[in-house]
Amino acid sequence: MTPTPAQTIGPFYGYALPFTGGGDIAGGGIVVHGHVYDGAGVPVSDALLEFWQADAAGGLGGAPGSMRRDPVTGAVAGRDPASFTGFGRVATDADGHWTLRTVVPGNGYISVCLFARGLLHHLYTRIYLGRDSFLDSLPPERSRTLTPVAEGRDIYRFDIHLQGEKETAFLDFG
Amino acid sequence: MPPRATTPDLPHTQADAGLKGAPDRPPAGTVTQADIDREIAGLHAAHPESGVHPLRDFPPYRSSRLRHPRRALVAVRDPDAAELTGPVFGVTDVTPLDADLTRRHLHEPLGERITVQGRVTDRDGRPVRRQLVEIWQANAAGRYRHQGDDHSAPLDPGFTGAGRCLTDDEGRYAFTTIRPGAYPWRNHVNAWRPAHIHFSLFGTAFTQRLVTQMYFPGDPLLAHDPVLHAVTDERARQRLVAAYEHDLSVPEWSLGYRWDIVLDGPAATWTEEGR
Repeated sequence: MTPTPAQTIGPFYGYALPFTGGGDIAGGGIVVHGHVYDGAGVPVSDALLEFWQADAAGGLGGAPGSMRRDPVTGAVAGRDPASFTGFGRVATDADGHWTLRTVVPGNGYISVCLFARGLLHHLYTRIYLGRDSFLDSLPPERSRTLTPVAEGRDIYRFDIHLQGEKETAFLDFG
Repeated sequence: MPPRATTPDLPHTQADAGLKGAPDRPPAGTVTQADIDREIAGLHAAHPESGVHPLRDFPPYRSSRLRHPRRALVAVRDPDAAELTGPVFGVTDVTPLDADLTRRHLHEPLGERITVQGRVTDRDGRPVRRQLVEIWQANAAGRYRHQGDDHSAPLDPGFTGAGRCLTDDEGRYAFTTIRPGAYPWRNHVNAWRPAHIHFSLFGTAFTQRLVTQMYFPGDPLLAHDPVLHAVTDERARQRLVAAYEHDLSVPEWSLGYRWDIVLDGPAATWTEEGR
């Protein structure tokens, strides 16, 4: 069957998609944060990032409950800490900045799906906390864009450049 | 002269061509709709077979210029890629009321009550079962409940414009809402977006993620919209337009639209086992 085309997320998804605790996949692990920049080096203040990852043991089963609701008020009730959903969602702030709290995935990378006003079709990339044969197959100037910078104990910085000299390597899965 | 928008000048990241305009803030430049239509026609002629998805580099949509990669995407063909699996959602992530955008407030929204329903499948035709569908839209006057929207149309205290539901075992979804209004934006002089509902969909794999927009049949603005026309294939564009189905209209109550969605992207073969 022929797929339905993508369209830009636009600037006005705020009441629909971000949710309280969206960037808190799991506590007690690492903080990954960064900015999203456009081709002029200007921070993108209306991007939305989604994260999908394995648990610390490498399990990719996920679990429901990322945006668990209070059935009385309909408000987001927060994740059940006993359940690892593997999914996160964060909108960039006015400074183009985002923050994710999670654990290091057993397979070594966090998958990222990026949406923004002006971006007509979302983009995928990966945050590598370990190595694998795919990362090693890339030329250094490209693999560098998938590797966060350690800023301190358990804190990593990962900037995404949509365009330009520092352009992030974006992935195609066919 | 319409009343001044109360929103002060937006920061530079928002003041470019991508945001909607208040009438007292004319868009920068003098690019007309005819200019944009000509640019679109030229790109359609140059890219007749560019695939089902929009070109990421589509200059008639001005905000795309600095927000697309110039380098080719890197192919990943790894059967163990994490992206061949994806997040799951369940009954705890939604409430039944979330699918009815007209019953979220003390007052009902103004506007034409509609239902939008359809089926979500993957590109092999398999239903996407028990997965999350999210929507958002402007109100009947063409204004979003969002501080960044300074279009001088009224907000509606009866309408937020956000909804979600899970697909059923056949991949079906259904929403009750109101028909959104068209609205101006600052892409060029006198630019108007056709009425649309934003959709966000998950498949069984992260590779199948889709964010898109549903349009309404017969809307005269469809011919002029650079966002829609970034999809250069005419048949592909048509798949973004819902069908009015009279049998889906409810007497004395609502007008019915159908919009089926096919997710692109590969999924791990084990997902055939029943996720």
